[in-house]
Amino acid sequence: MELPVISNTTPEAEGGGCASSGCGTAPDALGHLPDHIRAKVQDHPCYSEEAHHYFARMHVAVAPACNIQCNYCNRKYDCSNESRPGVVSELLTPKQAINKVLAVAAEIPQMTVLGIAGPGDPLANPARTFETFEQLSERAPDIKLCVSTNGLNLPMYVDRIAQHNIDHVTITINCVDPEVGAKIYPWIFWENKRIFGIEGARILIEQQQKGLQMLTDRGILVKVNSVLIPGVNDEHLKEVSKIVKAKGAFLHNVMPLIAEPEHGTYYGIMEQPEPTPEMLQDLQDACAGDMAMMRHCRQCRADAVGLLGEDRGDEFTMDKIDVMEVDYEAAMVRRKVVHDEIIEKLDAKRGIVKPKHEGIPEGSRPVLMAVAGKNGVVAEHFGHAKEFLIYEASPEGVRFVSHRKTELYCGGMDACGDGDVAEAGSTESLLDRNIRVLEGCEVVLCSKVGYEPWAKLEAAGIAPNGEHAMEPIEEAVMAVYKEIAATGKLLPAVDSKKVA
Amino acid sequence: MALQITQSCVNCWACVDVCPNDAIYEDKPHFLIDDGKCTECLGDHGVPQCAAICPIEMAIVDELGEFLNPPGSLTGIPIEKLKEFGLWREAA
Repeated sequence: MELPVISNTTPEAEGGGCASSGCGTAPDALGHLPDHIRAKVQDHPCYSEEAHHYFARMHVAVAPACNIQCNYCNRKYDCSNESRPGVVSELLTPKQAINKVLAVAAEIPQMTVLGIAGPGDPLANPARTFETFEQLSERAPDIKLCVSTNGLNLPMYVDRIAQHNIDHVTITINCVDPEVGAKIYPWIFWENKRIFGIEGARILIEQQQKGLQMLTDRGILVKVNSVLIPGVNDEHLKEVSKIVKAKGAFLHNVMPLIAEPEHGTYYGIMEQPEPTPEMLQDLQDACAGDMAMMRHCRQCRADAVGLLGEDRGDEFTMDKIDVMEVDYEAAMVRRKVVHDEIIEKLDAKRGIVKPKHEGIPEGSRPVLMAVAGKNGVVAEHFGHAKEFLIYEASPEGVRFVSHRKTELYCGGMDACGDGDVAEAGSTESLLDRNIRVLEGCEVVLCSKVGYEPWAKLEAAGIAPNGEHAMEPIEEAVMAVYKEIAATGKLLPAVDSKKVA
Repeated sequence: MALQITQSCVNCWACVDVCPNDAIYEDKPHFLIDDGKCTECLGDHGVPQCAAICPIEMAIVDELGEFLNPPGSLTGIPIEKLKEFGLWREAA
């Protein structure tokens, strides 16, 4: 079966000047997919950018074993304080995992997706992984199942994946060239032996590509994750993107390398640089001409619970779950109501014909804006935002570009606005750092901004804007863009610094 | 003749699943090998399976206390870096 590939690029843009910026995406990039495919992803936060504002996911950590080593991973996965792939606070047996899923699903009706993503490789733990899936498909048929794998064992388990109705699979593919692979994967475990270097990477790549083809042949939706490792696979990922698209992958998620020395990984200890937000965005844009790109990934833990970017795992530790009583039949009825309401809202939004962006002169340059958003609206105080969503406004419309993490500097409930961001001595550098994170943005939209950050933002050339609190993000961004356009500041003659 | 698991073990289950003799069992603080069952895979495989899949250096030793996967052998991190980060120790 051939799957249509969603494109971030308008057809006329493909041969033209804006292919590399991936411009012209509709806010709902899935809108033009056939209904049966759209139905598969419209409530999947990791497959649909739009859905991730409304629907939540969870991972259960039933798969500790791994069959390869990646240079960005340290197998000492037990960590409760960090949010990154491959770490968990407690491993679960399949039975515990099922109790946890039912408890979370009853408590958080927006939770539509259950994934198994580690902390090792789910397909290197076939008994634990498939027992969990089998039980869940019987007891919680309203939950979508998905699995994330390095692909080494994928060909041998494709039939079981299909049999358990797992119709979303993510494969991490960092390369298609074994020489590049040898710099990322020191060894694999294959046919009862540890195989090092290029030969190991060659086998891994072969199995990944074979598995990808087998999945798409069966009509299973495949997302490909790639870790961007500067100087190792950065240029190479453009080729990866083309190849996985040709094999029918549905979405490509290029994520930045995380390599801190304290994580104890090879890359961390060897001081391999992480990509800057700009490098990541440039590569995503370069790949977007060939492939639909995911830009809202939060690189979550293998036991994450909640909306993307939040983690409610602490509310659902095993000791708490053991004393919860769950009536899943009743929960399913409530869940259905909540899901239908959200889908109805999204459909209504989709049905609205986007107005022509009148009042914006031809040739106006695009503007990047940072938004302190939540659930699709401008929602947060500047000082409370854990991350900013970066949007680009242009005459073509508004598109989500990326998210950038901040460090909270504002502790108090009313610390903003009353001049009592008091501990200026200790908080100043954090504020400065957060402003640096917003480099390249000209506006920051939030529900409220304090006096001190306001002044600093303006000094940094970023206009703070609190006028659009609780408005839908895309509408707010377009409104601000129009205001700027009205001042004539977007035309090349007046200001040429951002062109191209 | 049997292999042993050391304190470096992170309890990832990988060895349990590949042992042909079901010789490895869960224990606290880390997994253990039943020396009555372990054959070091003689007759089943060319190399001991637990040591061939184990991702952690220094986690599996033979009867003489020698590491089957010595420091640096799996990650490729140079010895001097391992020492700098406190990740190196000598065989027993």
